[in-house]
Amino acid sequence: MAKAAKPPKPEEITKSLDYKKTPETHWMDTPVEFRPGMYCYGTRPKYLEEVGMPNPREWSSADEDWKLPENWKEIVLEGIADRLNKHRSFRLFMDICVRCGACADKCHFYIGTGDPKNMPVLRAELLRSVYRKYFTTGGKLLGRVAGARELTMDVFKELWYYAYQCTECRRCSVFCPYGIDTAEITIMVREIINLLGCNTDWIMGPVANCYRKGNHLGLEPHTIQSNIEMMCDDIEEITGIRIEPTFNRKGAEILFITPSGDLFGVPGVYTCMGYLMLFHELGLDYTWSTYASEGGNFGFFTSLEMAKRLYYKVYAEAERLGVKWILGGECGHMWRLWHQYLATFWKPPDNLEDPVSPITGTKFEHANSSKIVHVVEFTADLIRHGKIKLDPSRNDHLKVTFHDSCNTSRGMGFFEEPRYVIKSVCNHFYEMPENTIREKTFCCGSGSGLNSSEDMELRMRGGLPRANAVRYVHERYGVNMLANICAIDRAALPTLMQYWVPGVEVCGVHELVGNALVMTGEQKRTMDLRMEPLPGVEEEEEGEEEE
Amino acid sequence: MPTLEFQGKQLEVDEEGYLQNLDDWSPELAEFMAKQDGLELTNEHWEIINFLRDYYQKYQIAPMIKILVKEIKKTMGPEKGNTKYLYQLFPDGPAKQACRYAGLPKPTGCV
Repeated sequence: MAKAAKPPKPEEITKSLDYKKTPETHWMDTPVEFRPGMYCYGTRPKYLEEVGMPNPREWSSADEDWKLPENWKEIVLEGIADRLNKHRSFRLFMDICVRCGACADKCHFYIGTGDPKNMPVLRAELLRSVYRKYFTTGGKLLGRVAGARELTMDVFKELWYYAYQCTECRRCSVFCPYGIDTAEITIMVREIINLLGCNTDWIMGPVANCYRKGNHLGLEPHTIQSNIEMMCDDIEEITGIRIEPTFNRKGAEILFITPSGDLFGVPGVYTCMGYLMLFHELGLDYTWSTYASEGGNFGFFTSLEMAKRLYYKVYAEAERLGVKWILGGECGHMWRLWHQYLATFWKPPDNLEDPVSPITGTKFEHANSSKIVHVVEFTADLIRHGKIKLDPSRNDHLKVTFHDSCNTSRGMGFFEEPRYVIKSVCNHFYEMPENTIREKTFCCGSGSGLNSSEDMELRMRGGLPRANAVRYVHERYGVNMLANICAIDRAALPTLMQYWVPGVEVCGVHELVGNALVMTGEQKRTMDLRMEPLPGVEEEEEGEEEE
Repeated sequence: MPTLEFQGKQLEVDEEGYLQNLDDWSPELAEFMAKQDGLELTNEHWEIINFLRDYYQKYQIAPMIKILVKEIKKTMGPEKGNTKYLYQLFPDGPAKQACRYAGLPKPTGCV
């Protein structure tokens, strides 16, 4: 059987990059070439059927014939027209670019591929040229002279190929003098692709799972419970304390929802152990839900409408359980969606109240409209009020740097909270260079549903700028741990580090919190949350837990 | 949709050779898939494959490696319940290779 294309060696990638070479042909005359390792498989029909999306059929993105309906062109153009009417920003972004090129070298995919069509300006131009042809007088009359081109099957495939070589990270928009948000253009292109049933399998699988079972992975209620109990077993072995979390408990004060990656994958589960330990130590009156069991929303990578449908469960469950407010785990796009969209998708149920920390009394006023607080601001507030006892020396074997996830930093302005928490629980923290963090952070290269295995070369290329900055602090300060507050980061960055910067591991911030947290009645800690011996504490050597 | 020809039947698989319909699975198919990779399935392989299938029956998903290691350790002892041993048996990774032979789908999402 065919296996996913293996990426080339790191030095082959760096050698292949040549930013000075001028392409031999005009971009409109350079046809798109689908290179294995640079794109994802097309979706299976069953996923589209499960959520009632158009054009379910057997197809492959590598096929010549994508089996589109006869009037596909009409559907695309109508799709563009609808969105131009609906989103003022979209029309504006189609009209105002002056092609100054400020964004050109800011995109991680351009830096990692050297492909001019990955310059945000040109990626957007792929659609703008179609927009001009069908929606502007100049384009209709003058055609190519005015930068307009016909919508053909090749053009549609090109739009597809590059819409999935953008992670909607928005770094380019920081540098655009007009503030054009290229991510929104990609979002629109993906919505249009969706009208023809051409989404990717890696995105549609989680969407269908989430719609049927409440989470991307399709974890059943008893699987969720069993996974969390397994974590509690480990916590007991490490701390001597037995934690008994509750599930679907009516009348709890707080509903806690995290991305399902935290319930399943390594190192996400260590982050999850950190949440469990913290909430137990606080005596927090909270519950897990096996119904609304997903913080993330891959629906967002298909259409806003689908994102809305998947998030119905969040408020519905909060209402059913009668909680006062919702606490969200460490997740990137979840945070952007919850804070920017959720309260516009669905009205928060009446039983929800403005979030107040029961431990410190802090009112999270910025969360009054959505009733949702992110766990990193919740924890930062606890530390600020001296409500938890911490022993940062338990993280002394780690030299930590922080990767700002695009959505929480650029999208929502979480700059200080995660840093404050990390510095409180670790003694050794080092920043990556200034132009690669905070609002200028580089994407992990695998966001927005690109974290599959078949597009591994694309991911390693797109992650190059991030990895390069990590390598800098790794070589200079001996950094060996890359912390973050996003589940896609936790899934994607370990592979990226193995590839570009071996010797650096990846963790969620709450894993570090769990290590440092001094719990009431705990035994002397000899292991960290990965059950590896703490330095200075000799333990019998066993269980080589390498991935 | 790619197919895998086995015993005169065309079985549906995904692009990486994972079986699409759980019911198409048989022990002979697992042997056949392994042979294509140049692997002869031994009793030790079968212990893991059977564990995966039982786990899937119960939880509707392949176990994460951490659980796999832990459970194997519990039932078969520490000399088998470690990642080194599992990688020796399944060089492409127990999660991927063993699950494919066991006829289980690949997990998706933030993993």
